[in-house]
Amino acid sequence: MATVELLFSALPEHVRTARLVAAAVARRAGVDEAVLDELRLAVGEACSRAVNLHVGHGVTDPVRVTLIEDEKKFSIEVADDAPRPPAAELAATRGAAGASGTSTPLPDDAGDTGEDDMGLAVISGLVDDVEVTATGSGGLIRMSWPTMPTSVLS
Amino acid sequence: MDLSLSTETVGDRTVVKVGGEIDVYTAPKLREQLVELVNDGSYHLVVDMEGVDFLDSTGLGVLVGGLKRVRAHEGSLRLVCNQERILKIFRITGLTKVFPIHTSVQDAVQATD
Repeated sequence: MATVELLFSALPEHVRTARLVAAAVARRAGVDEAVLDELRLAVGEACSRAVNLHVGHGVTDPVRVTLIEDEKKFSIEVADDAPRPPAAELAATRGAAGASGTSTPLPDDAGDTGEDDMGLAVISGLVDDVEVTATGSGGLIRMSWPTMPTSVLS
Repeated sequence: MDLSLSTETVGDRTVVKVGGEIDVYTAPKLREQLVELVNDGSYHLVVDMEGVDFLDSTGLGVLVGGLKRVRAHEGSLRLVCNQERILKIFRITGLTKVFPIHTSVQDAVQATD
């Protein structure tokens, strides 16, 4: 098991760095090349959401991304420290779960909750194994992908 | 990679050629461009996404915002995209039903509803 942890200030310009690091570590861990684009997008969505939550709540702590390499799967956890009522998070998760149909709410470009819902919708549409949880003091998005057998070099 | 934007007028359509990555950092630049075009009276837009390497939900939000703006003036916003990885994002969010998506700029410029 190998873990890479990334902490970055909640600024939009660092989200790209998080995407690149996550994709590089995932490739090294043996995640199928065919899903790396989706992984990159899912991590970007989770990090964008965390950045927006930190900015919106005036949280100065960094966003935390943890990349966990297990024997048969590769997991990514994106954690934020933005306070919110747990009930709101559960409602958002339910909204994302039904996103594959036509009922997806349209995002707005005004930065309202529509964009947040759309981010979760994209994640749930891309990742089979995803878990969104929250407490009063922060939230966590946990996603995982299967890995191929490791090469002789690793 | 940053975002690149250029515009070109073809008949009554304005083609916005977008290149690079549209994400939470760069999407505001695209939003500004679309708002500026609508404010200047360009209500029939074609957004050429062939040079886009990455698109996330923030970018989708900006495109929907652009669509709302041109529709307020009875205009249109058409997309040009052939890249499967970008098209997939429109599909999983149900936005293929919202945007007319064309395979070429020429096709989009000539299209009528």
